[in-house]
Amino acid sequence: MASYFSSSIGRKHILAFTGLALCGFLVTHLAANLLIPFNPQAFNTYSYKLITNPLIYVAEVGLVGLFLVHVALAFWLNFENRAARPQRYVSKKNTGRGTTPSSATMVITGLVTLVFLVLHVMNIKFGAHYTVTYDGVEMRDLHRLVLEYFSSLPNVIWYVVAHVALALHTCHGFQSAFQSLGFNHPRYTACVKALGKLYAVAIAGGFAFIAIWAYGRGGV
Amino acid sequence: MKLHLKIWRQKDTKASGKIVSYELNDVSPDMSFLEMLDVLNEQLVSKGEDPVAFDHDCREGICGMCSLMINGQAHGPEALTTTCQLHMRKFKDGDTIVIEPFRARAFPIVKDLAVDRSAFDRVVQAGGYVSVNTGNAEDANAIPIPKENADLAMDAAACIGCGACVAACPNAAAMLFVSAKLSQFALLPQGQPERERRALRMVDQMDKEGFGNCTNHYECMASCPKGIDVENIARMNREYGFAFVKARSKP
Ligand code: HEM
Ligand code: FES
Repeated sequence: MASYFSSSIGRKHILAFTGLALCGFLVTHLAANLLIPFNPQAFNTYSYKLITNPLIYVAEVGLVGLFLVHVALAFWLNFENRAARPQRYVSKKNTGRGTTPSSATMVITGLVTLVFLVLHVMNIKFGAHYTVTYDGVEMRDLHRLVLEYFSSLPNVIWYVVAHVALALHTCHGFQSAFQSLGFNHPRYTACVKALGKLYAVAIAGGFAFIAIWAYGRGGV
Repeated sequence: MKLHLKIWRQKDTKASGKIVSYELNDVSPDMSFLEMLDVLNEQLVSKGEDPVAFDHDCREGICGMCSLMINGQAHGPEALTTTCQLHMRKFKDGDTIVIEPFRARAFPIVKDLAVDRSAFDRVVQAGGYVSVNTGNAEDANAIPIPKENADLAMDAAACIGCGACVAACPNAAAMLFVSAKLSQFALLPQGQPERERRALRMVDQMDKEGFGNCTNHYECMASCPKGIDVENIARMNREYGFAFVKARSKP
């Protein structure tokens, strides 16, 4: 089995699997966050149910694991890719029919996402602890924290920039993962590519919308 | 036409090379790119200088010997064309042309523009074959093969092993070549007995040779003179996964 995890293709399988799993996580995360502009109580109650469920620790460990494996493999593969061409070309031109701006910047957009995630967890999960009481149940007022965080313009700008990076990352990543896992079909691959673009724009656009909406509201 | 050539000159594998400029007058637009280099070499020889070493053999786009990065592109600016079939009419009078060898750790430079591509041979030796009994050739129609599979296998078999995929890949990966050599057998009944072993061994050898990993840019397909499709890479990704599971579950 060791040879699978050290082989080029085995590692690409796992990079693709973890990447797609992270894409799935973002869908659930955005779906919940979209409650923020529309229903503060539902959002806080959902968050309360989530963080008081003991299974949350299992989910958190799983999620952190996905990230760590994804990032570690990305660096490992990238390191090898650089080593595979020790002497650069004096002049190198892409054909225009291969590399895209999104595929050429996977490492940098991945790194921006990584920095964003660390700050994001620090600012929100480990951020100020406000409370609110609904029907006699006291819970964390994450809605207030979010509004407060996005009342600052620099915070909103950084959030939007990070999501442009995420959109670029998933725009190539989503369809690339299908190819890495061995799915390439004369008819359906075009759909996968279109879906990837839609996914990238919808997810990053959705998160950015919440940030801009909160800023427009001007604080708590 | 008149050309300014900037050519990579390197004495041997260990030496460090550099770009050397040459001026060439009276190049006919009807010449092939290699004929243009022949003219340059004749001039260099007549001046008592060392001619530029470059690979070639058939000069009709079938052997895969010719290589060259021409203005930063494998086999030059024309799609679906080997260097030997590229003609000078693709360039303009007064153009500057940068000519470099295919660069990859797995393709050490022998001299100037000639690189050693035996890493490809070793990948094929590792599993890119079918074992058949000797004797009379079987009747061609004795084994029925679906037309779709025959076509896909034929397309994969069009690979001439020139290495342009490696040269053009930002990661110097050999996935397009290896996947074509694997697919031409994986798609046909004759390739079934060694199917799993082939996938495991060829990928293993590819990794050992120090090629990079695929990040799905598809510069390889865009640079391939034979138009080999990256669908083959997806097939290899599948073959490898299944082969691994099957190899484990055998007694
Ligand atoms: C929520 C966050 C993320 C998502 C949804 C995501 C998604 C993906 C997907 C789907 C792939 C394609 C896998 C493949 O080609 O087989 C990928 C590749 C990659 N990811 Fe991420 N990723 C995320 C975070 C990160 C982070 C934090 C890094 C940190 C450096 C990173 C670096 C990379 C790299 C370098 C690749 C390989 C690029 C390539 O194959 O061209 N990603 N990612
Ligand atoms: S010399 Fe044979 S393919 Fe170009």
